[in-house]
Amino acid sequence: MDVVNQLQRQFIDYSASLHREGFLDDQFTELQKLQDDNSPDFVVEVASLFFEDCEKLINNMARALEQQQGVDFKQVDASVHQLKGSSSSIGAMRVKDVCIAFRSFCEAQNREGCLRCLQQVTHEYSLLKNKLQTLFRLQQQILAAGGSISEWNK
Amino acid sequence: MDACNCIEPQWPPDDLLMKYQYISDFFIALAYFSIPLELIYFVKKSAVFPYRWVLVQFGAFIVLCGATHLINLWTFTMHTRTVAMVMTTAKVFTAVVSCATALMLVHIIPDLLSVKTRELFLKNKAAELDREMGLIRTQEETGRHVRMLTHEIRSTLDRHTILKTTLVELGRTLALEECALWMPTRTGLELQLSYTLRQQNPVGYTVPIHLPVINQVFSSSHAVKISPKCPVARIRPAGKYMPGEVVAVRVPLLHLSNFQINDWPELSTKRYALMVLMLPSDSARQWHVHELELVEVVADQVAVALSHAAILEESMRARDLLMEQNVALDLARREAETAIRARNDFLAVMNHEMRTPMHAIIALSSLLQETELTPEQRLMVETILKSSNLLSTLINDVLDLSRLEDGSLQLDLGTFNLFAVFREVLNLIKPIASVKKLHVSLNLAPDLPEYAIGDEKRLMQTILNVVGNAVKFSKEGSISITAFVAKPELLRDSRTPEFFPVPSDNHFYLRVQVKDSGVGISPQDIPKLFTKFAQTQSTATRNSGGSGLGLAICKRFVNLMEGHIWIESEGLGKGCTAIFMVKLSIPERLNEPKLPFMPKVPTNHGPTAFPGLKVLVMDENGVSRMVTKGLLVHLGCDVTMVSSSEECLRVVSHEHKVVFMDVCVPGMDGYEVAIRINEKFTKRHERPIIVALTGNTDKVTKENCMRVGMDGVILKPVSLDKMRSVLSDLLEHRVLFEAI
Repeated sequence: MDVVNQLQRQFIDYSASLHREGFLDDQFTELQKLQDDNSPDFVVEVASLFFEDCEKLINNMARALEQQQGVDFKQVDASVHQLKGSSSSIGAMRVKDVCIAFRSFCEAQNREGCLRCLQQVTHEYSLLKNKLQTLFRLQQQILAAGGSISEWNK
Repeated sequence: MDACNCIEPQWPPDDLLMKYQYISDFFIALAYFSIPLELIYFVKKSAVFPYRWVLVQFGAFIVLCGATHLINLWTFTMHTRTVAMVMTTAKVFTAVVSCATALMLVHIIPDLLSVKTRELFLKNKAAELDREMGLIRTQEETGRHVRMLTHEIRSTLDRHTILKTTLVELGRTLALEECALWMPTRTGLELQLSYTLRQQNPVGYTVPIHLPVINQVFSSSHAVKISPKCPVARIRPAGKYMPGEVVAVRVPLLHLSNFQINDWPELSTKRYALMVLMLPSDSARQWHVHELELVEVVADQVAVALSHAAILEESMRARDLLMEQNVALDLARREAETAIRARNDFLAVMNHEMRTPMHAIIALSSLLQETELTPEQRLMVETILKSSNLLSTLINDVLDLSRLEDGSLQLDLGTFNLFAVFREVLNLIKPIASVKKLHVSLNLAPDLPEYAIGDEKRLMQTILNVVGNAVKFSKEGSISITAFVAKPELLRDSRTPEFFPVPSDNHFYLRVQVKDSGVGISPQDIPKLFTKFAQTQSTATRNSGGSGLGLAICKRFVNLMEGHIWIESEGLGKGCTAIFMVKLSIPERLNEPKLPFMPKVPTNHGPTAFPGLKVLVMDENGVSRMVTKGLLVHLGCDVTMVSSSEECLRVVSHEHKVVFMDVCVPGMDGYEVAIRINEKFTKRHERPIIVALTGNTDKVTKENCMRVGMDGVILKPVSLDKMRSVLSDLLEHRVLFEAI
């Protein structure tokens, strides 16, 4: 029981830190609410989907921006829009913020700015992926130890 | 003397006869000459004389006659032939004119005579007119008298004054010696002298009513002359030589009921009074016709005035009666109020006074139960406790019932958990049921709201009572309790025609059916079930105790909750079903702060908000699609996901109640899809509700959504609570236009 409690406290602290640092926002909490007996791995599934989506979009954007002849800003914009949507759906606040900046650069057709934003997005995305994976591992440890994931308290 | 050619007269002129003839002739001539002169003179004086030419003719005749006689004077002595010639001529002329005149007079004289007759006729006419004028004048006088009399009579509504005035005025107008009024007595067999003019205090003379003279008067509406010797007229002091003429007239006495519009009193009234009028004795006065008419008119007026007076008396009497009754009623009301107050005071006091000792008994007995007791002591204490509980229930029931009857009981309304009430009842009843080996099942309909507004305590009391009865009267078998929301079609039960529930938006009717497999009730006992203190006579129920008040109280509570309760049973041994419906309110929306469940998320065991609601989600973005799906699945919806507009249009059907589509992706035109969906489903109720999910809520987006016929806009990201409230709003109102 002690181990579980310890793990649970760790989990709570880690989640709190993620929120504090702005990696996650309220939307993530909402997602956690949707997790129940019918869909026990809901959050994990959504996160995996998000990661896949992200990678695909980032690759698209990179390829589009690398075009020397003429950057198809419309396409880039579309991808950024998608990324923004996904990140806001999952509650990835930092990624979403970068996307917003990215979009304005796209509209201005500023290639340099776009490239910089792309870099930022990639960075944020990797950070988030790591953090979430840690979080999920903690969760699994708790479950394995026989505990349960408590309601998210803020 | 032949030479003068004269004619000798026949007779000698000196003869005496001749002399007289001579003188006569002279006077005749004179008269004959003066007559025309007179005629002319007087005719000239008169204004009208139609026969002037006759006058001329006559004048000529007279003049000529005069001339003849004048000339005749000369023939008495010797006269010449010339004179004789003149004489002859004159005579001839005279003859002619006089014949003419004679002929003329034949025509004239009848005319002149007729003038005379006409004059006589006119004189007669004038005399007649004079007479008539005299008559009219007297009639007018009479009329004036009548009017004056009527005025006098009608100016008062007092019986005595009317009659007295009548007699006085009549006496004055007609200069009567005596005037008397005879009224029929109460028995109607005699006439009693009631009023007289001269005698101040008429002694009670009576006269039988069926005298022939009286009958004669009563049968005619005119004034009738009667003999001064008949009994009704014999009231004057005797000693006069020649009693004056007497006239009697009937006065109809009208009652209230006689005043039919079409039926003037002649035909319907039977009672008359007799008015007798006597002219002064020793006068040669006669009753004139106009005086009789006056008397008749007055009699009629008196009748009317008397009836008015009678009506007035009647209405005064009725008013007095009403006032008395009012006073009596007021008194009765005050007494009733006092009684009610006394009873309420009694109840209030007894309430407290009775409960206090009961409370002491029950409390101490239970405490005693906790201590160490021998088995027989324990048995005794248990009996005491059971009896005192029964007594306490009885007291409560009686006090409750008296308050219910008063109408002073009011429901304590509050929000409560309906399911909890049923569970509580179940928990309370389970021990007893299990002892009797009865199986109790509870079945709550899924559409039953979890929370409701009503009187929780009394609802529980009712359910408990009904279920308790079911358990009490069943020896074996099962009890099933079902609760559901009564549908409007079923609300009008043909067996309860006097119950008219009106469903409305804020209320619903909870219908609870408790079916047991117990002893049942025979049909003739069913109406008695809800009456106070009535118990069915079967021995089985006798042993179960109970005061018989339970169902009566339940009925009162159910009625207070605007519902209806009844029991159905097919007969003895076939069990029975108790059914009741009560009206409960639906609590307010989730933003009521005092509702206890608001912040809590309903668990899996609780009812899902939208079970089986078919929803279509169109979103190109995989992540957000999955999140939306997760939200909706969590709320119990059946979610279909599509990622493109073509797929959406292909898949969408009338089974989908809501379509969520993401409209902020620039590539896909969600608006186009909405238009297509609107076209596809022409009927409003088949069309699914279309909701746009978007990341921006600027005016343009909203306007576009409205333009294409969408029912709502939601800003992403959507929280669980927001999704839940959005869905319930949408399903209730079919429109939601903003959910941020």
